[in-house]
Amino acid sequence: MFVINCPYCGERDQQEFKAGGEAHIERPKQPTELSDDEWAEYLFMRKNIKGVQFERWNHAHGCRKWFNMVRDTSNDEIKLVYKMGEKPPLE
Amino acid sequence: MSANLRVKSSEYIDETHRVSFKFNGKTYYGFKGDTLASALLANDVHLVGRSFKYHRPRGIMTAGSEEPNAIVQVNDKTNRTEPNVRATEVEIYEGLEASSQNCWPNVNFDIGGINNLISPFLPAGFYYKTFMWPASFWEKYEFFIRHSAGLGKSPSEKDPDIYDHRNIHCDVLVVGAGISGILAAKNAAKNNFKTLLIDEKNELGGATIYQNKEFNKIDNQSSSDWIKKEINGLKNISNLEIKTRTSVAAYHGYNYLLARENLTDHLENKDKDNKVRQRLLKIRAKKVILATGALERPLIFNNNDRPGIMLSTAVKKYADFFGVKCGKKNVFFTNNDSAYESALCLYNKGIKVDAIIDIRNNSNSKIVKAVKQVGIQIYWSHTVVDTNGYRRLNNISIMKLSNDGMTVTGNRINISCDCLGVAGGWTPAVHLFTQSGGKLKFDEDNNLFLPNKYPSDQISVGSCNGNFNLNEIMKELSIKLKEFLKINQTDFDNIVIESEEETSKRNIWLLPSDKAIGKTKPFVDYQNDATAKDIKLALREGFRSIEHVKRYTTTGMGTDQGKLGNMHALGIIADTAGVKMGELGTTTFRPPYTPLTFGTIVGRNVGEFFDVFRRTAMNNWHIENKAEFENVGQWKRGWYYPINGETMHQAVQRESKAARESAGILDASTLGKIDIQGSDASEFLNRVYTNAWSKLAIGKCRYGLMLNEDGMVYDDGVTTRLGENHYLMTTTTGGAANVLGKLEDYLQTEWPELDVYLTSVTDHYATASVCGPNSKKILKKIIPDLDLSDENFPHMSFKEAKINNIKCRVMRISFTGEHSYEVNIQASFGKALWEKCIEAGKEFNITPYGTETMHLLRAEKGFIIVGQDTDGTMTPIDLQMDWIVSKKKYDFIGKRSLYRSDTMREDRKQLVGLLTDDPNIILEEGAQIVSELNQNPIQMLGHITSSYFSPNLNKSIALAVVRGGKDMMGKKLFIPMEDKTISVTVANPVFFDEENKRLNA
Amino acid sequence: MKNKYSVFSLIKNAFSDHENWQRAWKDPSPKKEYDTVIVGGGGHGLATAYYLAKKHNMKNIAVVEKGWIGGGNTGRNTTIIRSNYLWDASAGLYDHALKIWEGLSQELNYNVMFSQRGVMNLAHNLQDVRDLKRRTHANRLNGIDAVYLNTDEVKKFCPIINTSPDIRYPVLGGTLQRRAGTARHDAVAWGYARGADEMGVDIIQNCEVIGIKRNGDAVEGIETTRGFIKTKKIGVVAAGHSSVIANMAGLRLPLESKPLQALVSEPVKPIIDTVVMSNAVHAYVSQSDKGELVIGAGTDDYVSYTQKGSHQIVEGTLNAILELYPIFSRMRMLRQWGGIVDICPDASPILSKTSIKGLYFNCGWGTGGFKATPGSGDLFAHTIANDEPHKLNAAFNLNRFVSGDLVDEHGAAAVAH
Repeated sequence: MFVINCPYCGERDQQEFKAGGEAHIERPKQPTELSDDEWAEYLFMRKNIKGVQFERWNHAHGCRKWFNMVRDTSNDEIKLVYKMGEKPPLE
Repeated sequence: MSANLRVKSSEYIDETHRVSFKFNGKTYYGFKGDTLASALLANDVHLVGRSFKYHRPRGIMTAGSEEPNAIVQVNDKTNRTEPNVRATEVEIYEGLEASSQNCWPNVNFDIGGINNLISPFLPAGFYYKTFMWPASFWEKYEFFIRHSAGLGKSPSEKDPDIYDHRNIHCDVLVVGAGISGILAAKNAAKNNFKTLLIDEKNELGGATIYQNKEFNKIDNQSSSDWIKKEINGLKNISNLEIKTRTSVAAYHGYNYLLARENLTDHLENKDKDNKVRQRLLKIRAKKVILATGALERPLIFNNNDRPGIMLSTAVKKYADFFGVKCGKKNVFFTNNDSAYESALCLYNKGIKVDAIIDIRNNSNSKIVKAVKQVGIQIYWSHTVVDTNGYRRLNNISIMKLSNDGMTVTGNRINISCDCLGVAGGWTPAVHLFTQSGGKLKFDEDNNLFLPNKYPSDQISVGSCNGNFNLNEIMKELSIKLKEFLKINQTDFDNIVIESEEETSKRNIWLLPSDKAIGKTKPFVDYQNDATAKDIKLALREGFRSIEHVKRYTTTGMGTDQGKLGNMHALGIIADTAGVKMGELGTTTFRPPYTPLTFGTIVGRNVGEFFDVFRRTAMNNWHIENKAEFENVGQWKRGWYYPINGETMHQAVQRESKAARESAGILDASTLGKIDIQGSDASEFLNRVYTNAWSKLAIGKCRYGLMLNEDGMVYDDGVTTRLGENHYLMTTTTGGAANVLGKLEDYLQTEWPELDVYLTSVTDHYATASVCGPNSKKILKKIIPDLDLSDENFPHMSFKEAKINNIKCRVMRISFTGEHSYEVNIQASFGKALWEKCIEAGKEFNITPYGTETMHLLRAEKGFIIVGQDTDGTMTPIDLQMDWIVSKKKYDFIGKRSLYRSDTMREDRKQLVGLLTDDPNIILEEGAQIVSELNQNPIQMLGHITSSYFSPNLNKSIALAVVRGGKDMMGKKLFIPMEDKTISVTVANPVFFDEENKRLNA
Repeated sequence: MKNKYSVFSLIKNAFSDHENWQRAWKDPSPKKEYDTVIVGGGGHGLATAYYLAKKHNMKNIAVVEKGWIGGGNTGRNTTIIRSNYLWDASAGLYDHALKIWEGLSQELNYNVMFSQRGVMNLAHNLQDVRDLKRRTHANRLNGIDAVYLNTDEVKKFCPIINTSPDIRYPVLGGTLQRRAGTARHDAVAWGYARGADEMGVDIIQNCEVIGIKRNGDAVEGIETTRGFIKTKKIGVVAAGHSSVIANMAGLRLPLESKPLQALVSEPVKPIIDTVVMSNAVHAYVSQSDKGELVIGAGTDDYVSYTQKGSHQIVEGTLNAILELYPIFSRMRMLRQWGGIVDICPDASPILSKTSIKGLYFNCGWGTGGFKATPGSGDLFAHTIANDEPHKLNAAFNLNRFVSGDLVDEHGAAAVAH
């Protein structure tokens, strides 16, 4: 079980958190303009990366804040956490 | 005959404290401090159990948790029975009863022993090749296979014991309290690290307290005397916590470890009651020091499994530590010096050692010289080629090894003995290290897998890191500790160590016999009866990967998880396949290190604490009034309130009529309540609900439907505008937490620009819902000040009010179709409010009703229940609720998905009403609906979602989802049940008061 | 011709000390080109190759496996086999598989130990009862042998279940499919491998795919750690690693790969003779022929390729097990492990062509793929051979995520009302 450094609360046990899947998939501002394919891409298609992945986590049993995490899914090493709205690091 | 094989008393055994116990029904005596294994050995009992496959007689092989053979059922036929317990780990107590497993009628004469005779026909994986004819017979074969497999017996009664959990956060966790662990823990603690030291045994000191006394010296004292002083010194260190009888079971990522602390298993049964039996320690350590030691290897030779064949160090430990001699005629068989140490120890205690068989050519170490001096015969370059004795070893045959170690030469020499101590070298206990994600490297010179790359802040020290020489262990430990803990010195930097270097070694994974391998039984996995020839067979059949060989032969899959034989299996594979061991890799060491009791993992999360119920403020009233309860999500809800022995049907019919004819009252406290505030609250609701919210006036209520982003109905409820920037949303009972989570998600991640704050207030308010034609009169009685006129307080509106100075919120909303009020009050006043309503309603025969009546009443009105009439595949259009889907709004959650080709299809399943042709037949919820009976395969159109007998309409009614149902009004359909077919007609789902006249009645 | 396995061949070989058994499958090096390459040597992939060779007369086939065959989810699951699914499409798919299971040992001449000991699903609240009854009615009309049991009947079929009405999740009823049961997971992979090998399929282990070569809209071959292999058809059956392969081809799939854990107890004499599943509390239990209780836990909620999950999941599952089977409190966990399961949004699989010609995916089985192994292999072989799905897997296409025609086996959303 991971130790997650919530950007608002500090280090906490993973049990307090919920994972929210791939990060930086912005909800389309004008969904009606999208084709069915483009909408499906937003709705369902995921990179599901083996390696360094950008993802969303929620401190569900804590401050309830959502934040972003960079984690290597091949070894579960957490590289970085950063707040919602902050720019993702390039590498 | 009760033999006594005690030798010179041991300081660890309390001979003044005699303990009686039973084994296989016979009473024996041991002493406090004995394990079941040592006590049995003291009574000359070697035959303890039978093996898994061939039912071969097996004895005690080890003195620790790696024991594969001596596993027993303890306290059979009691509620504290436990199968597969290692006799080497059971501390005896007065009244302990243990029995052999996997044998019938008894361990001395076991019918299953026939498997040993037919073993030539039962090679590895034989069951994959047979039992296939006739095809229908597998379950019959399986019955016999299952009954001859298995080891002990599962308990059959409820466990009387208590288990517990404890979370521990420490700076340094040290696993293993041998010399390395003790020194590591001491130096960590003395340098202000909060330290936890854990050992699976009941005493500290590991092997050092009884090993190598003669030849290992620290500061001119024997190493055992020295370590005893160190152990005594530990007591006075303040930030050091020590846990004995505690086994680290699992080492997960991020230095999260689980350990089992054993608290009562060694106590007499009467002293076990009402105490915590085992505690699961959930440890989060900043740093971990693994000092888990090493396990002695056996040697793999023909018939190496007989009772009396033991590990050399076990023989020594039983003599030295428990004061028990394992045999009257002892022989050792070795590939290294450690057997000499055991032999010398036995000799010094006056136990006869007849011979040492050594596969090496020679050794010149001091200890070997000492053994030579006392006159024990040594057979250099010899190996054991066979052993004899069915229930107990009685002799061995040895032969000269060829130079390449592949064959034997010369003649057999027979040596009579009843105990053979086998020493095959050492395997570092790297199990926890690899569990943590650590990668191993193979040391080709010493045939060891060693820690290589640490995945977290941890080190391995001592023999688990491949270090077996005391001098080197101490040197390495000092350097590693300073680096790991960032300290300048340790308190043992300057001690003087005298220890001996191993001078000669020879390793042969599978020792040859004069018989062809096919005729031998060299066991690699003792418990599962996997032999070296099974491994060779697997390789011959193309199973190349170590995991394949393991699974095909079951090597390493017993309750000991192959702690003894796995290395040999790898070695034999490497030798046979002609590859290097380092290239083979190992199988995965899976947690737990030693088996972990389910009860310990569960701790106190049993019974009512498994998943704690939520109960409303009115709950006690419901109990006092004999309500039957329904579990809804986490909540206990009143289901119906039977009186005078009513059945559920009778009670629900009565409650339903009363609610429509006069007055009913429902505890609606469980509905989710979310307080929404902020200047963008209206816009937020616009985005999350399908309908429009901007124009809802303050003080008004509105029903809302919420979708998933894929367009399917997710939740529903009434939301009230309490103020300009303030709403109170209600959700379904089961959906409350998920809805809040989802709303927070959108708010924080998609729409952070909105000024909106969400707070769950479900628990803060209790809600009494009063409905029926007399509800207004009842409300007038409890809140006389409130103007309840339709002009002032119309349907779908809200008022603040006070009851006895207690503020409350009153919504005039209805889920029954009746004139109805929901009164929300601070939860602590919930029961008082309820009782007040009941009191005020007495003259109107106010009738408490539960969820079942609520469901019936709303079904009469065609109102849906999300989760019952929907299943995650229904859009609002499917529910014929087009009216609630705003065409004007640009966007809301799920809107885009409603316009995909398949969600727009006309022939989707749609919600309709159904009326049975026979009004007395109540349809079964879940029953399937068809239009044609004579199809093959039959086409199912949908299913019944809700079904009741309506007392107010005096007929059965149902809601259903039917493919294309929207256009089937009046059409005849069929419900094919198992025993009959019921015909129904599609109807409007609003069965009652279609004009909604009663809302204002 | 290989050794035929039988009790007679066992006896015959016993007299030569089992020195004359032949390899169950060869260990070939990859050829330069194959007509079809199956990526992934688990049960589904090996079965696909087997049926391509057997039913579609394709001879030049390779199965490439990055590790050892059957080493992924095939060898890590709790081996439950059943076909009592709700939707017509699922029932068709899984019952097709179940029918093959019933003769599989004989077909493969390899005992896969398909044990039709029955699978029971428990209902713990009123909505569970509705859902299970709905499913049972649908099963009956689809010709699947499911029956609904009341609490007493549940107790009779599996006496060790705690059916007291006072527990947190009382047993209100259940369904039973008697034809359902378990099988020996490793044997399925080995049996198909042996069968496929005999028909000339190259089973290539330790051969990891590192790239997919495309020429415009069609595939040309795969780059592997053992060199380039030319092929016009690639069937990807890579379970948790499906997205990794898809990303190589520039595709995205509606999948997330999550840890799923399972555990076994120490072996004991027979104590539970059927398979019992409880969705509400997420506890599945059966007993292996060896005597171990085989217990399935749930998935974690994050993507991971580590084959490790978090302890809280195991703890939660055992909490539920002890709630339903309090007599197991003193049993001990012997081993726990994790797999990587590829989960679709609708909990149904994908057996489909893709937008790239010659590239086919068989994935998304989530937590329940083992039971479908023979059917999945058969239907996927059909899809690859004909470049068209069979009618039984037509619904499990990729386009459903665009059009909205999901096969939602989650059933009801949350517990509501």
